[in-house]
Amino acid sequence: MNAVAAQITRQQWIERFAGLGFAAPAFILLVLTNLAPLAALASLSFTNYELGALNFSFVGLKNFSTALHDPVIRRSVTNTLLYVAIVVPGGVLISLFVAILIHQRKRTRSLYEVIYFLPVTSTLIAMATMWQFLLHPTLGLINQTLKGLGFAGTAFLSEPRLAIPTLAAIGIWQLVGFNMVLFLAGLSAIPRDLYEAVDIDGASHPIDRFLKVTWPMLGPTTMFVTVTTFITAFKIFDTVAVMTRGGPGGASEVLLYAIYLEGFQYFHMSYAATLTLVFLAFTLVFSVLQTFILDRRVHY
Amino acid sequence: MAGVTLRGIGKAFGDTAVLNNIDLDIADGEFLTLVGPSGCGKSTLLRIIAGLESQDRGSVSISGNSVDHLRPHERRIAMVFQNYALYPHMSVFDNIALPLTMTRLNLFERLPLMCHLSLRRRRVMAEIAREVRAVAEQLRIESFFHRRPGQLSGGQRQRVALGRAMVRHPQAFLMDEPLSNLDAKLRVHMRGELTELHARLGVTMIYVTHDQIEAMTMSDRLAVMDHGDILQLGTPADVYERPANIAVAQFIGSPAINLFPARVGPGGQVELLGRTLPIDTRNAPAAELTIGVRPEAMRIGDGPCAVTCRFRRRENLGSESILHFDLVASPEVAVLCRIDNDTPIPEGEVTLAFEPRDCHVFDNEGRRIEVESRNAASRDVRRASEVR
Repeated sequence: MNAVAAQITRQQWIERFAGLGFAAPAFILLVLTNLAPLAALASLSFTNYELGALNFSFVGLKNFSTALHDPVIRRSVTNTLLYVAIVVPGGVLISLFVAILIHQRKRTRSLYEVIYFLPVTSTLIAMATMWQFLLHPTLGLINQTLKGLGFAGTAFLSEPRLAIPTLAAIGIWQLVGFNMVLFLAGLSAIPRDLYEAVDIDGASHPIDRFLKVTWPMLGPTTMFVTVTTFITAFKIFDTVAVMTRGGPGGASEVLLYAIYLEGFQYFHMSYAATLTLVFLAFTLVFSVLQTFILDRRVHY
Repeated sequence: MAGVTLRGIGKAFGDTAVLNNIDLDIADGEFLTLVGPSGCGKSTLLRIIAGLESQDRGSVSISGNSVDHLRPHERRIAMVFQNYALYPHMSVFDNIALPLTMTRLNLFERLPLMCHLSLRRRRVMAEIAREVRAVAEQLRIESFFHRRPGQLSGGQRQRVALGRAMVRHPQAFLMDEPLSNLDAKLRVHMRGELTELHARLGVTMIYVTHDQIEAMTMSDRLAVMDHGDILQLGTPADVYERPANIAVAQFIGSPAINLFPARVGPGGQVELLGRTLPIDTRNAPAAELTIGVRPEAMRIGDGPCAVTCRFRRRENLGSESILHFDLVASPEVAVLCRIDNDTPIPEGEVTLAFEPRDCHVFDNEGRRIEVESRNAASRDVRRASEVR
């Protein structure tokens, strides 16, 4: 009897260790690459550490209160939110529209797929040079075209009002291809007989077909695309760094660029850590909100 | 309610001809089944009637009016799909109500948000709700009005799909293998319900299936199709008792019909494996024949019509058994015999006999030949329901 009991406990121990053993690599990796750096970042944000400094002291919430009153940070947050507000709806709706158009093509479909996907495969830094040329106030193709059509030329990147919208347009251009591929996958998964049923039931108007079948059936895809677009848009950095450097007059300063300046140009590591936490908090709050609100309205 | 007329329907997908010149008259209120193996063109024909596919040649008329230029919903037909094609994001109620909201509300009233601005909408929706409820009561689905299709069982989904079809009072019901996703027991049950529904509504039903049992048990008439042609059109009893060719004989009836190679003997009588059968074949166009005998017409014993077989195995179906034999003269020919379970099981070589009147004679191209059997007694009328 005792032997049997011992056998069972031994078996249970083996199972417990096996379970932990299988989970351990993932857990250790998570700690090393995510949780530990995050903890270091959080503790750094309560200090006045500067890169290369020999000593530092804890300053409590001082960094946070500085950030709260820093006009550069305020401007950066507003600009980032404006950028996100343009890129998320634009990037999602335009790619959905493009995907629906391409989905109906038969022979030319793969050609269009490649064309729209090209911006995703190219490096944005290199492409930014091209955009800079296209948008050049006098030589650029866009301004030449506008002038040819009788409009006044516009300095897209040096006009404070237009800087963020212009960068947002480039951001959308870069995102559309990727989102389009996701939407195309979603569209292919919609059973054809639903369209046939809706045809027989009287919804042959394209708007009805879209509202009754396409849009609801794309729910999960749309949610995924929205969340990833949001996160990508929030991370706007490269076009700002290459094309405007936050200018003109701070009109295109964004959160990640401000962090980069504080951390790697001014060496205020602790302040950069604080801003990074703020950045993370923004992404987290928005992602959670979106997931919870959308999740309830999405049919799987 | 209306009859459906097809004239010279032809359809090809690329180089593959799917339908060749189909002519078919379906009477008002008739239950017609298109039956055939997969790939025979039956679903395509149904989809052409529905307007989901356009034909290359020929025309479709409903109630005597050509509908070739009409969109599916303008043809006033309803369709039940194999996978039901219910809208997964809508409740059962909304699924059934959709055909009515589509026809009775204008585009503005159907738009989300905008719809609340319309005063007429509320009145129309109340009317629609009343009609949906009436249909749901008939199908006993009102208790899960607010559930989504994903939360329903196969049989319940089937009923919802039927409800969506019934609610618009269509001129004809088109059904594309509606029972094939159900389990065997439910399929038998739904077969009965569909037959009763047809009797109650009295509406034209065109039903596509590859299942010969569904075809035999439910239809007023069935059209056996293969390779894009209608091989035979007739009542279930007709098709079972007088198959027009070998393909029909093989397709209808389960277990499948036994086929023996035979020839026309010197006296104009059928010669089967050296035996002369008392069957007159003066109108046979060729010397080579095929004799078909259904397994239920075979019995163990000798007689003027008989073949010698070697016993292989027995399949016990409970009330009866199917015995598998090989023909001794040519062992590659399998012979089936259906017997009651109180008949002793034979061993080794056995003689199986059948009546001349149970022989179906086909020429070398597989067409049926009308023959006279010497002992032509009155035909025993086998009920179609006997086929299992």
